[in-house]
Amino acid sequence: MFDALSDRLQHALGDLRGRGRLDEEAVSKAMREIRLALLEADVNLQVVKDFVARVRERAVGEEVLKSLTPGQQVVKIVHDELTATMGGGDSRLAFASRGATVILLVGLQGSGKTTAAAKLALLLRKDGKRPALVAADLQRPAAITQLEQLGRQVQIPIHSGERRDPVAAARKGVEAATAAGADVVIVDSAGRHQVDEALMDELGRIAATIRPLNVLLVLDAMTGQEAVNVAQAFQERVAFDGILLTKLDGDARGGAALSARAVTGKPVKLASTGEKLDQLDWFHPDRMASRILGMGDVLTLIERAEAAVEADEQEALEQRVLAGEFTFDDFLTSYRMLRRMGPLKGVLSLIPGLGGQLQGLAVDERELKRVEAIILSMTPRERSFPHVIDGSRRQRIAQGSGTTVQEVSRLLNARKEMQKMMRRLGKGRLPALPGQMTTTGGGRVAAGRGGRRRSRRR
Amino acid sequence: MARSWPELLGEADAAPEPEAQRAGLFARLRDSLSRSRRALAGELALTSFDPADEAAWERLEESLIAADVGVRATAELVRRLEARAGAGDLTEPLTEELASLLGAPPTLALAARPAVVLVVGVNGTGKTTTIGKLAQKLREHGRSVLVAAADTFRAAAEEQLEIWAKRADADFVGSVRGADPAAVAYDAVEAAVARGRDVVVVDTAGRLHTQTSLMDELAKIRRVIERRLEGAPHETLLVVDATTGQNGLQQARLFQEAVGVTGVALTKLDSSAKGGIAVAIAYELGLPVKLIGVGEGLDDLRPFDPHDFARALVSG
Repeated sequence: MFDALSDRLQHALGDLRGRGRLDEEAVSKAMREIRLALLEADVNLQVVKDFVARVRERAVGEEVLKSLTPGQQVVKIVHDELTATMGGGDSRLAFASRGATVILLVGLQGSGKTTAAAKLALLLRKDGKRPALVAADLQRPAAITQLEQLGRQVQIPIHSGERRDPVAAARKGVEAATAAGADVVIVDSAGRHQVDEALMDELGRIAATIRPLNVLLVLDAMTGQEAVNVAQAFQERVAFDGILLTKLDGDARGGAALSARAVTGKPVKLASTGEKLDQLDWFHPDRMASRILGMGDVLTLIERAEAAVEADEQEALEQRVLAGEFTFDDFLTSYRMLRRMGPLKGVLSLIPGLGGQLQGLAVDERELKRVEAIILSMTPRERSFPHVIDGSRRQRIAQGSGTTVQEVSRLLNARKEMQKMMRRLGKGRLPALPGQMTTTGGGRVAAGRGGRRRSRRR
Repeated sequence: MARSWPELLGEADAAPEPEAQRAGLFARLRDSLSRSRRALAGELALTSFDPADEAAWERLEESLIAADVGVRATAELVRRLEARAGAGDLTEPLTEELASLLGAPPTLALAARPAVVLVVGVNGTGKTTTIGKLAQKLREHGRSVLVAAADTFRAAAEEQLEIWAKRADADFVGSVRGADPAAVAYDAVEAAVARGRDVVVVDTAGRLHTQTSLMDELAKIRRVIERRLEGAPHETLLVVDATTGQNGLQQARLFQEAVGVTGVALTKLDSSAKGGIAVAIAYELGLPVKLIGVGEGLDDLRPFDPHDFARALVSG
């Protein structure tokens, strides 16, 4: 995740550290790379141009923060701008104060409407609502059957019946659902191309008939350049209120979301991250920004780290870390760096995936002091080449630091694990999550053997 | 010159589509591709292209990118066009280079009896619908077809395929939801052999290429088919939605690695999408498009013709 984009930017910008400010030339070079990255992420070309123009304006003349490389500085600006664009707007759904709230799902064929309908019903029920589903896709073979099966799976009532006229199906379904006591009625519709006049007309009539409080455009995260046209046309026809983005469990960068948001001004409200019915969440704009750029939240970690250290110390460390040459001196430096950054727990929670695991974890600063003592008891050679530390050396180190041989061994293993993790990080892949990082298993963070758990790919 | 079904099926006495029929079909394809009336020629002044004009080249690149051709294939196209030099009408050169990137006119290797076609792809691309249409076309061209519902995961997937099987008058083999898809595929091949069917088309569940366990499952389905019938599956078609962006490349790459894709079925060309992702896939992975889907009806499946596709994309 020290990723393709910031690497490419760094390569394009070279080492401009001496200059202190981002000049026109540097910015132009950077903008070319940003443009490329966004196009590869499927952001619409026009949206890219507008976006790049805004970023360029912000970037020229901006001071390069001490110990951030110019490349990283530009990435920071782009990321901020992307987050601002993706965010804003209300990601909540509107609910009627009286009577049933109708939600209509619309979109292209295959975008995932039917599955999303069932998931949304489940999500809202968890929030205390009484949802019902209406099957108004009369086009796709067995679409009604599909929704019925899903409804049975999550025990949510389905209303279907009308088999010929989709407008009537929607109307009758909403009536039946409301009469049966539902306070939220989710209406599935047939997928349609926005260039199909007849079907778009029909959609307009469905919306006019059932008067939904929320219309959601269900958009596949892997949609290409056409996302803009799709969004615009659906907006014109049914004035959707928000976007439900699907198939985010894939590796599509999801630029379509930015395009749709940019061109309609409507926010992404929900994100579907898998085929199981509980895999629907409210949307997080900052994570989407990182995904579109092809980076993770590690960006923030860089920022914090940069701020706390001398420029050259940081770069040297970073290079060694990325090359997987992680010695105990580095370990020591980074521990000290981490301590300077602030409460350890806060900083560690920025590591992707680790955040959630630190709930209720008590960070033991004393434990860390022991680690520091162990390292200080090593000879310089031992710190640089830890593999020479055999049994007798371990005993000596333990005695010298007032710790035990077990603790020394655990530290040695932890370093090896971290080295592996950093190597993978350097190659741009998500690190494997240590199951626990403790010496005693009692929830204290220090050196220790990690368990192995694959973190979720985004 | 439009690819006909007999040509696609590799029949000995195959001829291209008769002119009149061809004109009609091409017109339909053209209409589909230019629904939004924004073919490349409409956006660019191709007939009076000035190679010395940087802005003209940039507009050309942008048009190609807007068609989802992708940055790399676009760069290659531009390289080739620059090498050809010469001012004037860029329409033919562009069409030719696009067609050349798309590869030779394809065939479906369905000579074996039974021939097995495995259909794969990510969720929502139109696998089941394409299978229905393919079964119909094969039947129209004298083949008896058996379709297998090896998507045992998605709700009502089997019911959906069964409806298509009825429409196309094809045999149908399925199982219960949650059953082992490989077992269904196996049973289908067995049944086809026993009943003397010409073609078996196996539907599989949509799956994201990033889901390793599901890709493993797919590889297993393929192995099971192979073990039951030597040389099978004879075609493995990756169904790609024409509205897909650059992720289509990654899809193709990973499906290719997992099960060995022999061709692409590009669907939903009746949308506003130009389907340029086919160019990217052909260029970067050498995977040919063999079929195109142009609607939700039983008849809406065509053999892919690289030149026609290129022409429709450029000239509209």
